[in-house]
Amino acid sequence: MTSYLIKNAQLPTGEHQDLLLDNGSIHAINPHIPPPKHAHTIDADGLIALPGLVDLHTHLREPGGHGETVLTGSRAAAAGGFTCVHAMANTFPVQDRAGVVDQVHALGERAGYVEVRPVGAVSEGLEGEKLAGLAAMARSAAAVRVFSDDGHCVFDPVLMRRALEYTKAFDAVVAQHAQEPRLTEGSLMHEGVVSAELGLTGWPAVAEESIIARDVLLAEHVGSRLHVCHVSTRGSVEILRWAKSRGIDVTAEVTPHHLLLTDECARGYDPVFKVNPPLRSDDDVAAVREALAEGVIDIVATDHAPHPTEAKECEWAHAAFGMVGLETALPIVHEVMVTSGLMTWADVARTMAELPARIGRVTGQGAGLAPGGPANLTLFDPAARWVVDPTRLATASQNSPVRGREMQGKTLWTFFRGVATLADGELVDLGEEPS
Amino acid sequence: MTAVLTHLLSARDLDRSQAVAVLDTAAHMAETQSREIKKLPTLRGRTVVNLFYEDSTRTRISFETAAKRLSADVLSFAPKGSSVSKGESLKDTVLTLGAMGADAIVIRHQASGAAHLLAHSGWTEARIINAGDGLHQHPTQALLDAFTLRRHRAHAKGMEGDGLGSDLEGARVVIVGDVLHSRVARANVDLLTTLGAEVTLVAPPTLLPVGVETWSARTTYSLDEAIEETDPDAVMMLRVQLERMSRAGGGFFPSHAEYQREYGLDTKRLGRMRPDALVMHPGPMNRGLEITSAAADGQRSVVVEQVANGVAVRMAVLYLVLTGAEGGPS
Repeated sequence: MTSYLIKNAQLPTGEHQDLLLDNGSIHAINPHIPPPKHAHTIDADGLIALPGLVDLHTHLREPGGHGETVLTGSRAAAAGGFTCVHAMANTFPVQDRAGVVDQVHALGERAGYVEVRPVGAVSEGLEGEKLAGLAAMARSAAAVRVFSDDGHCVFDPVLMRRALEYTKAFDAVVAQHAQEPRLTEGSLMHEGVVSAELGLTGWPAVAEESIIARDVLLAEHVGSRLHVCHVSTRGSVEILRWAKSRGIDVTAEVTPHHLLLTDECARGYDPVFKVNPPLRSDDDVAAVREALAEGVIDIVATDHAPHPTEAKECEWAHAAFGMVGLETALPIVHEVMVTSGLMTWADVARTMAELPARIGRVTGQGAGLAPGGPANLTLFDPAARWVVDPTRLATASQNSPVRGREMQGKTLWTFFRGVATLADGELVDLGEEPS
Repeated sequence: MTAVLTHLLSARDLDRSQAVAVLDTAAHMAETQSREIKKLPTLRGRTVVNLFYEDSTRTRISFETAAKRLSADVLSFAPKGSSVSKGESLKDTVLTLGAMGADAIVIRHQASGAAHLLAHSGWTEARIINAGDGLHQHPTQALLDAFTLRRHRAHAKGMEGDGLGSDLEGARVVIVGDVLHSRVARANVDLLTTLGAEVTLVAPPTLLPVGVETWSARTTYSLDEAIEETDPDAVMMLRVQLERMSRAGGGFFPSHAEYQREYGLDTKRLGRMRPDALVMHPGPMNRGLEITSAAADGQRSVVVEQVANGVAVRMAVLYLVLTGAEGGPS
């Protein structure tokens, strides 16, 4: 295995240090490490070293998808600075049993770019009727610790209560897609001024907020852990703030697109901006940014949702919900949270690596950069500028909402268990590490 | 000079001078329609495709008639099903029509934004005319309504012709009913206020969209109050779009009887309006629901005239969009 000497990188703490990666671990961190023999030296002057990013929410579409696979999704993750991703359960067949989650986990290990942690379905077939085999998935080789029917809300309050209770037995978390289904029948975009004008059926904020309110109360009642996926409204933030102030064990995520974009994007009827939950108002965007900075929202998660071209090259009403995000998450967070002064790099490390790993109970990921720790890390150049060309992304899909947009900063290197998966901005074909 | 009309996607595309120019062109077209030979050679050799994903006999026939009166070749195409799962994609259909040499595509579609999508997709070079998209816009309906209003205002003032060159400054229009599901309401609010009219929307709160407060129209929940306070020049009754209404929560209003009582136009309400106030309806009417037969067929009803004016307005739009002319033909 190649050793790497990273010269003069800026750590999340702000210090400039050299890092020596050897045999899968961070061997040393010092202000000056003399180059050992056979080590590949990287001049990291001006680069930010972060722990390898951990995504609690992706869709890798395997088994059963079109286009994206665990391999292509893993490569996209590595290109974005991630060393661990959680793969949502809405595959075909559904990840609702040990056999399927083990298969996804094994595909991830075979690909070798990131640690792929399958998310188990809460309910059989994501149908919201009865619990899936949660314990079997938790005890399987995939060791599932996050359960979610993402894409569907666990709407039945009794089923939600059972899931919250049952998952306590193996220290897992239920990640809720908060969407009151009756209030969102036929919904196509955020309900507000823009939907009224465009004639697109509205998805009201209250449909998200009412479920979050119910679930934090349920979590409190049964003393369980709850995670809220893709928080998108100011009202949700206020409920979460209240819940945390009461000591309820709830965590929450926000996506890069909900940090960056608003419902104004729908005006051109370009379905690349159709996503669930929908892009919200300016005021909601301001609220989720503040909440992330403040810690009311704990983490950033991409909700990377690849779709084939034909699912987006059509009428808005007929298009699929979702957008890809793994390769642009860090530049977007840099732009809206760091450049704006809302967060430091230490906050980025916390919200994109440390806490997502802790919520997902992933050991060996997300920890601070420290000697003796696993060599999962990424180097980001905040000064680099590049324009997103979807045909040049590593993901198999092109539904990027920031296509044609200039990104502030670029991931240049990613190391997973000491192996370079991204080298000087180029994905490494594993087995052919750069000399 | 007014800007050339490349497509007509939304009533918002038109500023006041453009809108007046379209109405003036329509007035010239209407004039030709009273002649013995109604057909003009203007669009000879041009191909107009009517692409109707949604049943609408009246709008389709109106566009067909308009195109034929201008000597265009007309193809009408009503694809079965409109989703990716049900049949050919919109993209493939439009590529096909382009290959067949369509110069203009008149599209009606259940999906809001379908016309906008065609105009901006790069799939076709054809000019796009929106004949109604989902809950979004129906600009030619708004134009024919404005045309009808302008004409009656001109006659009331004793002006010759159809009010050439004039706008609707100061006109008071009350639009009543299912605003939430109505592309006619959206298009009319935009166009009538662009032309200077004051628009009041009347509906039960369940049938007004969240966000309506930013529109350039006043809203009220009481039809009687609106009639009394605005002394309207016209009331436009919207069709209650039962086919578009979700049954969730038991529906948008308790019963037809209650809707009719609160928001229906009957002779009693007509009696409280000015004698020359117009009764308008985009059709097809639910007689006995939003409008009684007595009101629909009464002297002040211009429902049938609206249909006739629709042909003239659509002739004007086809002419302007396909020839790139800026105003009335000389």
